[in-house]
Formats: sequence, C-alpha cells, structure tokens
Amino acid sequence: MMQGQTRYGGNAPAWPGRLFIVEGIDGSGKSTQLTLLSQWLQSEGYPVVFSEWNSSPIVRETTRRGKKRKILTPLTFSLLHATDFHDRVEREIVPFLKAGAIVLADRYVYTAFARDVVRGVDPAWVRSLYRFAVVPTMSFYFRTPLEVALKRILSGRPKLKYYEAGMDLGLHTEAQASYRLFQARILAEYERIVAEFGLTVMDATKPIETQQKILRKSIAPHLKGLRQEGIVHARA
Amino acid sequence: MPAPDGTPERRFESYGEGIPIPGVEPEELTGWLIVIEGTDGVGRTTHVNHLRAVLEREGYAVAETGLTRSDLAAEGIRRAKEGNTLGSNAYNLFYATDFADRLERQILPALRAGFVMLTDRYIYSLIARAIVRGADADWIKSVFSFALKPDAVFYLRIQVPDLVPRVIMNGGFDYWESGMDLPMGQDLFDSFVNYQARVIQELDQLASEYAFATLDATHPVEEVAHDLAERVLELLRQSAHTEDVQGA
Repeated sequence: MMQGQTRYGGNAPAWPGRLFIVEGIDGSGKSTQLTLLSQWLQSEGYPVVFSEWNSSPIVRETTRRGKKRKILTPLTFSLLHATDFHDRVEREIVPFLKAGAIVLADRYVYTAFARDVVRGVDPAWVRSLYRFAVVPTMSFYFRTPLEVALKRILSGRPKLKYYEAGMDLGLHTEAQASYRLFQARILAEYERIVAEFGLTVMDATKPIETQQKILRKSIAPHLKGLRQEGIVHARA
Repeated sequence: MPAPDGTPERRFESYGEGIPIPGVEPEELTGWLIVIEGTDGVGRTTHVNHLRAVLEREGYAVAETGLTRSDLAAEGIRRAKEGNTLGSNAYNLFYATDFADRLERQILPALRAGFVMLTDRYIYSLIARAIVRGADADWIKSVFSFALKPDAVFYLRIQVPDLVPRVIMNGGFDYWESGMDLPMGQDLFDSFVNYQARVIQELDQLASEYAFATLDATHPVEEVAHDLAERVLELLRQSAHTEDVQGA
C-alpha cells in the first residue's frame, strides 16, 4: 500500500517549450556538447535556459555540510539530491517550459537512478521519488568506454573528492582505485537505464564536431515554432 | 541476536519491502520506537517530557528526537524557511532528508542500543502537511516508505476550537503553523483555523490508516499524561526482551 504504483516516465505535459538533457559518466564529454549546443541555439535566435545538476542555492549549503563531514549515507545522499532537483524543477525548468523556452539540463533524473542504485538504494523507490519529473523531449546518453573517460578525468584532475570517488561505498581505500570501480558500476547501471527509458545513445568516442553535428540534427525536428524573431540575445 | 527463551521475538519492519536502508539488520534492533503525534500546539513536548521521566524512573534508557533536529539538514531547513524560497515539493523532500538523517543516525543507533526512542512526531505529520500543501498522497507516502514501523503511535487529538486558546497562551500564531505560506485565509487567524482544520483532518485519516492509539487531548493534562504512561509501560512489559531477574 505504501509503495507507490507509479514511477517516473508518465509526466509529459503539452507545454510549448522543449527539454533536452545529457547524461553520461564523468569524462564522457557531455557538458562540452551541451555548451556547444546552447551557443548554437542562441545564435540561431532560440530562447535558451541552462540547468545544472546539484546547483540549487538553498540546498547547496546542506550538501556541502554533509560532504565535508562525511555524514551522507546512500539514503540521505539520494534525498538531498532529490530536494535539489525538485527545487530546480520548480524554479528553473517548469516555468521556462511553460513560457516556450528551450531548457538544456546537464544531468537529469537518470544520474540519480544510476548513482543511488550503485550506492544500494532500492531502484523502484528512487524511480518513484522522481515520478513527477517532466519527461524530456529528448535525452542523450554519451556512451564512453570506461578507460577513455578515466583517462580524461584522471590525467587532468588528480585530487578526487571523497563522494566523487565513491569512497563511501568502501570499494577501495585509495581514491583513484575507488573511483575506477565506482565509475565502472555507474557505467553498467547507465546501460540498464538506456534500455529501460529509451535514451538516445551518442558515440562519445567520435570527434567533438562530429558529435555536435549529430546532436544538432537530432533536435532540429523539435524546434519548429520556437524561434523568437527580432529579439537579440544580450549575451550573444 | 537470539531472544532469551520464552520472550516474544521483536522485529522491526519498514512500510516498504524489507528495510530498504543499506546495512540495517532488523534483529539487531532491540529497543522500542514510540511516536507521539498531534498537530502544532497540542502539547506534545509536555507529554514527551513527562513520559521520559516516568520511563527513566522505571529503569528504561530513553532517547528523543523530533522534526528538524538532524545534524545534516536542520540548519538548511531553517534558512530556507527564513527566505521562504523553496517550492513545496522541495520542502517536502528537505524534511524527508532531515527525517532520514535522524532515522539513520539517531533512531537506529538508539534501537540497536536497546533504548526507548521517543519521537516527537514522525512521518505522519510530514505526510499530512505535504498533502495539505498539494502533494500527491501516494507519492509522499512512497517517499517515506523506508521508515520503520513504530511499536506504537500515540495521537494527541484535538479540534481547532480547543487548540486556539492553547496557541494564544503559548506565544500566538506562528507563520508556518498557520499555513501562511499558502495562505488559507485573509489574516493569520483565519489561515490558522483553516490550515489546522485541514491538517487535523489528514491526521485523522492517517490515524485510521496506520492504526494510531488516539488520546483525547482536551482532557486535563495530568489525566492524558497518566493514561499515556500506563499504555507505554504496558507495551514495554508485553514485548519485554530483557530476562526476568530472579527475586526482583
């Protein structure tokens, strides 16, 4: 009776805006691709807003506290990110979709589905937690071989944070070794999610400009009627 | 931990399937979880304090918790409320985070240590408030499905007309306790009356759904306190996990 029957995937309101999201493990190049897409859309005259994972100002202080003192558990980690997400949905995503903007999100509910489940949280519970999240117009998964992504991250940024490295899972006492094992598990979980929710797979080993071309072509059919003629972007 | 011969085996479960919290072994939890529920201003704190004194006199170790007393999220919730800046589902989940932190880092350790954990409100008040603020009832219940089922929930029941004088004598109408974030009336009093009536209605609904033991909070405080203490002691004796001490 307590376990909700419905789970994420049913909420697709007919608002005028569009929501495009990118997912993938660290080092997959998804943020680079989304930034390029955003610049292109703005230069083409589309109203664009950006929403980033884990960025709600009200929740940030608590997340920082939990991480600094290492008191986050799989359950509180999951709930705190859900709090952050719902705050962003209510402030940054829904109003703009209603207003007819293109909302671009770097990571979405699938990040939580992957990370929380790797941490041991019940998959059905976390899917119910996010059940009112708007289903994106298109979701892109940047598929990257583990070694490629690890090389990108580990060559440039040697100091890994405790939760970032998945040290709380107790997989390994050394940060880099822990990070490798953690990312491998997330990658495996992502593959299950891709099949479950039908994410559009991008080959993240292709050259950046090739990926961008494919990305623009994929979203093009969804852009009809969204261009704002005559409005010049202040930032363009 | 094997129960001593002849004593009933006590085992906690959650509202979901199993206990969906990594690392929890139900048989380790030898304490008791006692919840005092009731709306704002009904006198829960008075009763928790009295009950604690009675139980300690009887030799039970007692621990306490209540809403927004978590190490993790209490400060964040306080700040968010100051600015009234979060959307209602974000608030609901922030309170769920606070609850989860207390469950894992206050309640479970106390139950492992064989304490009586007295909880000033539990998931039910949070569910009731969320529903009054427009949350989907099934959803908010499923969010809290990781919660342990308490040994007992004592519901201090009151109606708005009896609640009003108590609130006036205890400092007046609080912004949130009057639902002014919604709001539900033209001024603090109107909103308080309408909001509290809705919260009590939801708590009544939850009382039958989750089989609370209801106490009439309009009766004299001493009488309610005595009744509550008797019922809790009865429950502790019935589900005793301690061995009888010879000659005691």
